[in-house]
Amino acid sequence: MTPHTALRLHVPEPTGRPGCKTDFSYLSVSPAGSVRRPPPDTAPADTADLATSLVRVLDDDGKAQGPWAPAMHPERMRRGLRAMMKTRIFDARMLLAQRQKKLSFYMQCLGEEAIAVAHSMALQDGDMCFPTYRQQGLLLARDDVSMAEMICQLMSNEADPIKGRQLPVMYSYKRAGFFSISGNLGTQVPQAVGWAMASAIKGDTKIASAWIGDGSTAESDFHTALTFAHVYRAPVIINVVNNQWAISTFQAIAGGEGTTFAQRGVGVGIASLRVDGNDFLAVYAASQWAAERARSNCGPTLIEWETYRAGPHSTSDDPSKYRPADDWQRFPLGDPIERLKQHLIVIGEWSEAQHEAAHKELEAEVMAAQKEAERHGSLLDGRVPSAATMFDDVYKDMPEHLRRQRQQMGV
Amino acid sequence: MAEHNQVQGGVPMTMIQALRSGLDVMMGRDDNVIVYGEDVGYFGGVFRVTEGLQAKYGKTRCFDAPINESGIVATAIGMAAYGLKPVVEIQFADYFYPATDQIVSEAARLRHRSAGDFSAPMVIRMPCGGGIYGGQTHSQSPEAFFTHVCGLRTVMPSNPYDAKGLLISSIECEDPVIFLEPKRLYNGPFDGHHDKPVVPWSKHDMGRVPEGYYNVPLDKAVVFRPGKAVTVLAYGTMVWVAEAAAREAGVDAEIIDLRSLWPLDLDTILESVKKTGRCVVVHEATRTSGFGAELTALVQEHCFYHLEAPIERVTGWDTPYPHAQEWAYFPGPARVAEALKRAVEA
Repeated sequence: MTPHTALRLHVPEPTGRPGCKTDFSYLSVSPAGSVRRPPPDTAPADTADLATSLVRVLDDDGKAQGPWAPAMHPERMRRGLRAMMKTRIFDARMLLAQRQKKLSFYMQCLGEEAIAVAHSMALQDGDMCFPTYRQQGLLLARDDVSMAEMICQLMSNEADPIKGRQLPVMYSYKRAGFFSISGNLGTQVPQAVGWAMASAIKGDTKIASAWIGDGSTAESDFHTALTFAHVYRAPVIINVVNNQWAISTFQAIAGGEGTTFAQRGVGVGIASLRVDGNDFLAVYAASQWAAERARSNCGPTLIEWETYRAGPHSTSDDPSKYRPADDWQRFPLGDPIERLKQHLIVIGEWSEAQHEAAHKELEAEVMAAQKEAERHGSLLDGRVPSAATMFDDVYKDMPEHLRRQRQQMGV
Repeated sequence: MAEHNQVQGGVPMTMIQALRSGLDVMMGRDDNVIVYGEDVGYFGGVFRVTEGLQAKYGKTRCFDAPINESGIVATAIGMAAYGLKPVVEIQFADYFYPATDQIVSEAARLRHRSAGDFSAPMVIRMPCGGGIYGGQTHSQSPEAFFTHVCGLRTVMPSNPYDAKGLLISSIECEDPVIFLEPKRLYNGPFDGHHDKPVVPWSKHDMGRVPEGYYNVPLDKAVVFRPGKAVTVLAYGTMVWVAEAAAREAGVDAEIIDLRSLWPLDLDTILESVKKTGRCVVVHEATRTSGFGAELTALVQEHCFYHLEAPIERVTGWDTPYPHAQEWAYFPGPARVAEALKRAVEA
């Protein structure tokens, strides 16, 4: 008998580490305009190639290419650009506020702004997003959610709409189609499927949109969601934001090596796309395709958005400990704001001067919102909602034992 | 103290039929009531509680779910957030563990974490308890896992009348409700004498159930059997076991059927213990950190100076529920009777 080779456990590693540049050839990138666009009612099995290729519209020269290029009015694109800029400025201000200890914690979405902003523009009022903590762009792209109120949540102050009960960024905005964020990762995805099932049960026209990161796709909730979405053909979009990193863990540890997250969808019978998440026009076009599919009773779509988490995971994280410092600059898909700006300039609908002016305007808007929010206090001055309110909303009506405990606390 | 409604009229129903009738009444009254779970649709559930509901209300109101308890609860949260009232079945209480995160971190806390922006009112039904040779994965009584979680209501009926009335109240409730069904009581008031035939519900007063709408309030206990010598706190199957034990031991026990475990009707308990000065807590679940520990602590906190004897606990042993030895595990009337005697003689 020939002796067997000793077995070896494979533990995936990123190619780049501090002091060693990332080899981004692991990221398969299709040329802009090269990927086909089937009709939205296509059979899930026929999307297999779309789950490995990369839908891209904007080329390196800022031109929109190919069948996915959306017919989007320049005014809408400018709106999208402003929303992305606003999101980035908002994040930068809040990071600063966190360093000043006005916030206990913050999470930015630097480099990922196009995904939430363009997706939000492809949805309709009444649709419900089930976001993670990195989709503030869904709210900031809307004009009916006040930034000052969002900052009150971040500061857990007296005007925090959720009364200081959750970490900063765990917003809840039912009226804006934004489900309460949970810190337990992935739980919201099967919930979104249930919401979508309810819409279908009632013969409604609304759809749900679920969000999850590459890391959390390893949670069983993700696979549960895919099964239920497929079984009941739920009108839901399942967005996997692959920003390459889950805190310090490279996406290969979540199962991205040698395959794509989009391919998970095809395997369970869900139409799936892999899309350049830093390409505003591609995000809008793919979101619209999936939304139309859901609204026409053709069922769910899984979209893997390729992007890069340019900043730390949160204010408690230091990425210089585990990845090269210049990784984002070398990431092949670039900066979403720069790319849309370039496109608008190329088509003659924007200029450096307009960009500069918009930036200043938005900065002033964010500063004013922060000032307004600080009127209601912050963690620094301890003006937080009264401790007695922690007993509210545990149940619809307060039971006797909580009444007693509130008394015991002496407030 | 709440007393059992004297049912005028009503028709004989098993607990299974009473639960089905409760679902039927509520599905008929409210289009938003949706029923699903494993084997629940066409077949009507392994215990037949949902039999006929799909035929009557259609398969978007009553349907089969994949074998995925976490998914069943998670989708119910989404449906509830949309505005439906899901009533889902976990086939055996022993199977709820995969759904723990969705129950504990999500359903129970959604209202609080969003300051009322969203909520997840739903009913999660699950058959519990042993005595059917179900072994360690079809016999558990996991109520203490739920009573420990703020934001949940936990309910366990002991008879068909309460089962239907409590189920209707649970469906109408705005909080998530864990609805535990002692499966050994599905067909008759089992008193722990496993070697004797069980009286069917059709031959018992509490098996008479009104066909239409009525409710039994949540967080209200009931004095199941009045007495003066000792208070017995019990729920589900153990109410009947305690009743047999008191009768056979000749102890004038006051048996309180908690019905709602949490929030708890503490007033009814305290009133009784202050009167009798003695207390025995009985449950089928394992002993350590069981719900009996909470009951015992509450009684001593509130009635210490009225107590004339140590509080007794009669429970399942701290072992997995055995298959072949289940009657040695089950806290039957003999064990309860011994505790009653110890309590009254102390």
